[in-house]
Amino acid sequence: MSAYALTDSSVMIGRSLRHTTRNFDSLFIGIFLPVMLLLLMTTVFGGAVSGTAGDYVTYVVPGVLLLCAGYGASMTAMSVTTDMKEGIVDRFRTMNVLPSAVLTGHVVASVARNLVSVGIVIATAYAIGFRAAAGPLGWLAAIGLIVLLIFAMSWASAAFGLVAKTPEGASSFGFFLLFLPYLSSAFVPIDTLPGWLQPIATAQPFTPLNESIRGLLLGNPIGNSGWAAVAWCLGILVVSGFTASALWRRTRR
Amino acid sequence: MPVVETSNLQKSFGDHRVLDGVDISVAEGTVFALLGPNGAGKTTVVNILSTLVRADGGSASVAGHDVAREPVAVRAAISVTGQFSAVDALLTGRENLTMMARLSRVPRHEIGAVVEKALARFDLVDAADRRSGSYSGGMARRLDIAISMLAMPRVLFLDEPTTGLDPRSRQGVWEFVRELVGEGVTVFLTTQYLEEADRLADRIALLDGGRIVADDAPAALKRLVGSDIVEATFADGRVACYPTDGSLDDIKRTILGLEDATHVTVRNPSLDDVFLTLTGKSPKQVTGKVAA
Ligand SMILES: Nc1ncnc2c1ncn2[C@@H]1O[C@H](COP(=O)(O)OP(=O)(O)OP(=O)(O)O)[C@@H](O)[C@H]1O
Ligand SMILES: [Mg+2]
Repeated sequence: MSAYALTDSSVMIGRSLRHTTRNFDSLFIGIFLPVMLLLLMTTVFGGAVSGTAGDYVTYVVPGVLLLCAGYGASMTAMSVTTDMKEGIVDRFRTMNVLPSAVLTGHVVASVARNLVSVGIVIATAYAIGFRAAAGPLGWLAAIGLIVLLIFAMSWASAAFGLVAKTPEGASSFGFFLLFLPYLSSAFVPIDTLPGWLQPIATAQPFTPLNESIRGLLLGNPIGNSGWAAVAWCLGILVVSGFTASALWRRTRR
Repeated sequence: MPVVETSNLQKSFGDHRVLDGVDISVAEGTVFALLGPNGAGKTTVVNILSTLVRADGGSASVAGHDVAREPVAVRAAISVTGQFSAVDALLTGRENLTMMARLSRVPRHEIGAVVEKALARFDLVDAADRRSGSYSGGMARRLDIAISMLAMPRVLFLDEPTTGLDPRSRQGVWEFVRELVGEGVTVFLTTQYLEEADRLADRIALLDGGRIVADDAPAALKRLVGSDIVEATFADGRVACYPTDGSLDDIKRTILGLEDATHVTVRNPSLDDVFLTLTGKSPKQVTGKVAA
């Protein structure tokens, strides 16, 4: 069976990529939503949060990148839940298809889709005045971290998608991932948050992620936050990957 | 040795006992038809045999492998067309077939030819590059069945393969089943159509109340309900069937007793009669004879 692990995974990745390009919702959410979010953040809130809109663009772009990556990855939950209701998944189960291949397909398609979103956000950011001080290495590290985040969150979403009963239920994972960056240093400095919220904001993964990406892009030192971010992502990735694979084997229609 | 065998198969969903000791034995290279009313558990039997669902008790083997202990070996020997459509709606017909051919381990260089052959065989050439989500029910069904024949399985499970097909497509599926059997494939099919079972199957089993209530060759099953049947239509539109012992005397006496009938036919028992007699679910069933 393992001789076909690569075939099965690549077939399923091709399948999920085709789904992505043929599904209006995923294209809309992958392309328009991130751009709207960035414009909303900078033009509407920009003036109020800090003196000039230009400064706030620079401050907020790393956060918007995280928001898009996290929320975009959460769409995996819906595609998995929808898929599980299709007869075709049962058909895969009656064949000796590598058990994790269907999920791998969804996750890899999610990474591809969200990298496109991230690219679009960066291009839009540049168009409205964002300038990164980072050199090639800084960019590479920042993008690498974002990819790791998308991978981890896509696997977490896939696991959630296997537990959720309906696609509507599965989409609630998106609200969770849309919400978390707001409770971090992504949009406002942590010391401006209410006192009781500050420990929560400091302890959650989006704060080190945001600190690292902002530092990397702006060319500032990032201290330990880079390692903390990598550890968070790897932890989520490993736990979710195993959970999803176990759930897949157990789940029967 | 039978290629599909179950012994005392048990399955409950919650406290609803669906299978209550099912024994089935299918010889290699034959067509076996499992008949039963809605909810009898036909799909459940297919799901257990195709490793999708675990039985609560009893045992089942396919191609010599226990379905619970050696699912990988079982899956390598089977192909399944489930009751409900199992095609990818966002992919075209050709993409569906190509994907399934790769997953069915068709050698890479043969995939193109195998896919074209399947498209032609199932009359899908014109629709090959349309998304299968836009297919009619019958077309999707044909694609479904085309997928199961991509790699020649040892045992092919068809769960109500012709439900929703027009007569021409149905004939096509029947032809295809006979062809496969000619090549040595064993076909395990479930159906609501007694005509289908009658035409295709070497052996028919009737599932009712969680058990196999009859299991025999079609001709033998028909003999179970006796000889010629008098079917009478009455002025109020009511139709009733009267079994006879087949003698001219008995047939005459039966017909003469039907004074108010507007139309009478004498016919051989059909599988419908078997089905209705053995499952006892017929609203129109009249077992007694009219008093002369
Ligand atoms: N996953 C499940 N959970 C609960 N009940 C189930 C499940 N699957 C089947 N059943 C029940 O088991 C019984 C048998 O179902 P099954 O689908 O095997 O019948 P069937 O003979 O295939 O019927 P049909 O002719 O309508 O296809 C039904 O009462 C059904 O409601
Ligand atoms: Mg059924």
